[in-house]
Amino acid sequence: MIQLPLLNVRDLTVEFSTRRGIVRAVRNIDISIGKGETLGIVGESGSGKSVTSYAVMRILDRAGQIAGGSIHFAGLDLRAASERQMVDLRGREMSMIFQNPRAALNPIRRIGHQIEDVLRQHAQAGSADAREKAIEALRDVRISRPEERYSAYPFELSGGMCQRVVIALALACRPKLLIADEPTTGLDVTTQKAVMDLILELTRARGMSTILITHDLGLAATYCSRVVVMEKGEVVETASAAEIFAAPRHAYTRKLMRATPRPGIGLRDLLPDENRAGEALPASAPGAPLLTVSALVKEYPRAEAGLFSRFMKPDAAGAQPFRAVDGIGFDIKRGESLGLVGESGCGKSTTSMMLMRLIDPTAGSIIFDGEDIGSIPARDFARHPMRKRIQMVFQDPTDSLNPRYSAARAIADPLLRLGACEPRTLRARVEELASLVGLPGDLLDRFPHQLSGGQKARVGIARAIALNPSLVVLDEPTAALDVSVQALVLNLLADLKAALGMSYLFVSHDLHVVRLICDRVIVMRAGRIIEQGRAADVLDHPKADYTKELIAALPHPPAQPAAR
Amino acid sequence: MSRSPGTGAAILATLSHARYVISGNPVTAFAFMLLGLLLFCAVFGPWIVPFDPLASDTAATLKAPSLRHWFGTDALGRDVFSRVVAATRLDLAIAVFSVALVFAFGGLAGIAAGFFGGWTDRIVGRIADTIMAFPLFVLAMGIVAALGNTVTNIVIATAIINFPLYARVARTEASVRREAGFVMAARLSGNSELRIALTSILPNILPIMMVQMSLTMGYAILNAAGLSFIGLGVRPPMPEWGIMVAEGAGSIISGEWWLALFPGLALMLAVFCFNLIGDGLRDIVDPQRRT
Amino acid sequence: MLKILIGRILTTIPALIGVVVVSFLLTRVLPGDTAAYFAGPAATPQAIEEVRKKLGLDRPLPEQFASYVRDLSHGNLGQSLTTGQPVLSDIKARLPASAELTLFGLVLSLLIAVPLGIVAAVRQGSMIDHACRAIVTAGVSLPVFFTGLLLVYVFYFILQISPAPLGRLDVFASAPAEITGFYLLDSLLARDGATFRASFSQLLLPGVTLAIFALAPIARITRASMLSVLSMDFVRTARASGLSRRKVIMTYAFRNALLPVVTTLGMVFSFLLGANVLVEKVFAWPGIGSYAVEALIASDFAPVQGFVLAMAILYIVLNLLIDLSYRLIDPRMRASS
Repeated sequence: MIQLPLLNVRDLTVEFSTRRGIVRAVRNIDISIGKGETLGIVGESGSGKSVTSYAVMRILDRAGQIAGGSIHFAGLDLRAASERQMVDLRGREMSMIFQNPRAALNPIRRIGHQIEDVLRQHAQAGSADAREKAIEALRDVRISRPEERYSAYPFELSGGMCQRVVIALALACRPKLLIADEPTTGLDVTTQKAVMDLILELTRARGMSTILITHDLGLAATYCSRVVVMEKGEVVETASAAEIFAAPRHAYTRKLMRATPRPGIGLRDLLPDENRAGEALPASAPGAPLLTVSALVKEYPRAEAGLFSRFMKPDAAGAQPFRAVDGIGFDIKRGESLGLVGESGCGKSTTSMMLMRLIDPTAGSIIFDGEDIGSIPARDFARHPMRKRIQMVFQDPTDSLNPRYSAARAIADPLLRLGACEPRTLRARVEELASLVGLPGDLLDRFPHQLSGGQKARVGIARAIALNPSLVVLDEPTAALDVSVQALVLNLLADLKAALGMSYLFVSHDLHVVRLICDRVIVMRAGRIIEQGRAADVLDHPKADYTKELIAALPHPPAQPAAR
Repeated sequence: MSRSPGTGAAILATLSHARYVISGNPVTAFAFMLLGLLLFCAVFGPWIVPFDPLASDTAATLKAPSLRHWFGTDALGRDVFSRVVAATRLDLAIAVFSVALVFAFGGLAGIAAGFFGGWTDRIVGRIADTIMAFPLFVLAMGIVAALGNTVTNIVIATAIINFPLYARVARTEASVRREAGFVMAARLSGNSELRIALTSILPNILPIMMVQMSLTMGYAILNAAGLSFIGLGVRPPMPEWGIMVAEGAGSIISGEWWLALFPGLALMLAVFCFNLIGDGLRDIVDPQRRT
Repeated sequence: MLKILIGRILTTIPALIGVVVVSFLLTRVLPGDTAAYFAGPAATPQAIEEVRKKLGLDRPLPEQFASYVRDLSHGNLGQSLTTGQPVLSDIKARLPASAELTLFGLVLSLLIAVPLGIVAAVRQGSMIDHACRAIVTAGVSLPVFFTGLLLVYVFYFILQISPAPLGRLDVFASAPAEITGFYLLDSLLARDGATFRASFSQLLLPGVTLAIFALAPIARITRASMLSVLSMDFVRTARASGLSRRKVIMTYAFRNALLPVVTTLGMVFSFLLGANVLVEKVFAWPGIGSYAVEALIASDFAPVQGFVLAMAILYIVLNLLIDLSYRLIDPRMRASS
């Protein structure tokens, strides 16, 4: 017997009216999900995956409207449903959880009350048992001491805890369908695993259907039975998770699948065939140490003590300062690429800022090419001859470019300030750098807002290598980019390193990426080094429990792709 | 290099964006026309008015508006229209000078406070807090009363009471950008802190400060007119909108409405014009903050 | 809670010190020679010198400041030349009139502006929204003394439904027995309907003038903060979990939107206390604003300085109240202190 799908989207088109006219965010898409099924919707930014889910929930903002097609939920035509019917459906029959859990909760209302609001709205609880049921909902999502947490405000909880509350809110009325829109983006990998496992466990136990919306093909393939791939507002492929990885049919899926970093491949494998440079990457042969860090410490004073609180509590001045980096030591060899990984708050960014000499260490030494640069105050380092030898590529390509500088001006800045570069040859040098990083020359006179994310990343890289530095610190250089762009940028970075003989310190939270680009890797946690060694050794045979935990938390897609 | 064709193209792009915004927003276009009229009156006013704004005519006192006297005449028989037009220069001048003064001092102090932090920040913050501890118009009254009853002191007082506003806007914008990637990148490129403040911070804050300037122009005009309404700063017989409304206030109860109405309308129109331009500029500078 | 209260009161100390220093400086930079001014226009050089000694103006500045602070702590703000009374008692006597007018104007404008701002934000792009935007833009452009005069002309001269703009009560009515100093409250407490009506009809026009003035900033910030809250993630969550529109708007959006509104109230008070001076002049309202203006015209500086200081202290207290109420609404503020 053929069972009717729980949700059936046919030929859906969603339009937004903007200042530049009507934009079709979603065009003629078909999606269906059966009872108890877990469906992944995967796409890069602008693919229309979130808009689709908003349309299903009928919570598009005022500029957007469903222009065509049909949406049926459990036999009910949602396009024709009244707003009143929709209010009844939302939260009771179908729920949604969002990215950035902390922002998803009302900041000035106790979390218990927020859950009660939903329970009462849908008549699942009266004033007598609302509190009890809210606590029950908290307990269901494994929040410890739920009676206490009931009265907590969102700002008193961690990000992972907030996401649990959001899940409790969404599942409180036991709906039939849960739509999770990037539920783990921005969370650490171990928290991501905990949250995803929780969602899956609860929805399975209740026989619910789940739609997981994500940019991460690996995540979708790990947790979903079926995957829908979207590109530019259209569905390009629908297949089982195993099939998507083993035999992607559509060119875009192939490209996306290829670009997703995963174990067992090389850097070049990320690229689509037509982009693949002929030559293989030369193996790097690290030489003598370029940078040696020992016993490095960075302390920050505890939460800002105001004049009056100090005045009223004199003993507060004796509070222990917070140690962001707690006595670490390592070295980077010439021509080597060292990965620095860890979850948020582990001290990896503080470490890189100290190496960059943007902030001063509390104790310890940073020996760069025989000179202790750690003892030179960050304030004076701008004028130090070593400045040009250590450069950096920043995390957010948009934020790292002065909006008032053209691409050419941005690349020229270090040359003008530090470079021994003749004004006459400046333009030629900038053009040379642009071609090195694969930035078309005609884009040089554009301003940041006229460039794409990948192009801005290239400008940032060109600026960093303009002075032929010996060491480049890469601070999550691809975290803000779509995977297909990330693939290109990672390959570019590897090529540049080989061509210019630089060393890299690659700061990242993404172990798959680190495996592809780094020779050695350091794992940090709470300001200390947990484990270090050759990248392949650490990632394939981790020794420390924490490293094992990190690796276990990575999404593991069901089937590995064929090597070619 | 910095004058490459790209910069020219960028200026053209900004202009065309401005034209796009204005063409899509007739209100802003109207405000700019109004500004043109105000500036015309301020520059040429004294030469184009039909009567001498100071000349009294005892034969024609308190005449209602007519073809000869468009806005009527006052108790001394002076032509209200001529006085309203002639007053434009003084009212605008007070506003322009005070805004320029506070832009220079408040803006720079705010940038220094936001970018350098530490003691600079504390001192600027303390000054701003102290000024903000007063109701602003009341403080302006106190300053003009203490410094002396002159137009210059009105300008100074208006600048002082606007200081916290400018310092705070500039401070917030500067401190947001202090840790921005492009500022750190400028440090890595070997720029000195002062140079970063001038090349990376200031140009990026300027548009927001321009909006602020336009919005405070209206407030400065209101403030100066309010001070002269209660008898501070501008002295009779000098034509000024605030004082003219004050002179006409006594005649309102006896029905001579034109004495207060026309200078009051001129005042309102000028303030309205700057507020509209401020809102329009905000749309150009920061489309997200449209309200 | 008491600890927070004390802590917050302590934080007003720097502002108070600043206010006292500034008002001291204002007394020392009087145009020309302060001693010559106090000695009077016909004084001989010897007489001026004597006054200088008597006022302590020959002593070093820190010493002068110390005696200024001493005087202040005894409530000595000097004598008014025009009324011949100590400035403090003059101000005390006239403060209720100003306070009644200001509060009436503020409450009136809050009652209109906040609902207007909410509706405009919730129905963005509707007629009400456009009306709200027009009111806001026009409202901030209105000189408050001009609005007052227009209202007087229309309601007193043309329509003749409003009493003459001359003070708190017309000449035939007598003031109610003083309890709070607010005529509306006092006449109600005395169950004196006639006086209530008389004082209300006098208060209405100046109060409306102030309300029109305060309307624009409050409506503007309410609309803007409501719009920004409505686009926040947690409102989307509330909608996605099926909460009713009313619940989403009132419990979720409005309470959050209230925070910037409360913050802005400080600025609104600053404007109102200034506008109050102008409105009092237009309506011959016997408050501290018109007291200061009369003193200004008579070049009587002690009352003006006393007035500036009194207003500053009043404003600091108002800001303290605003800050405390902010803490009541926002749990995050409670936690951080």
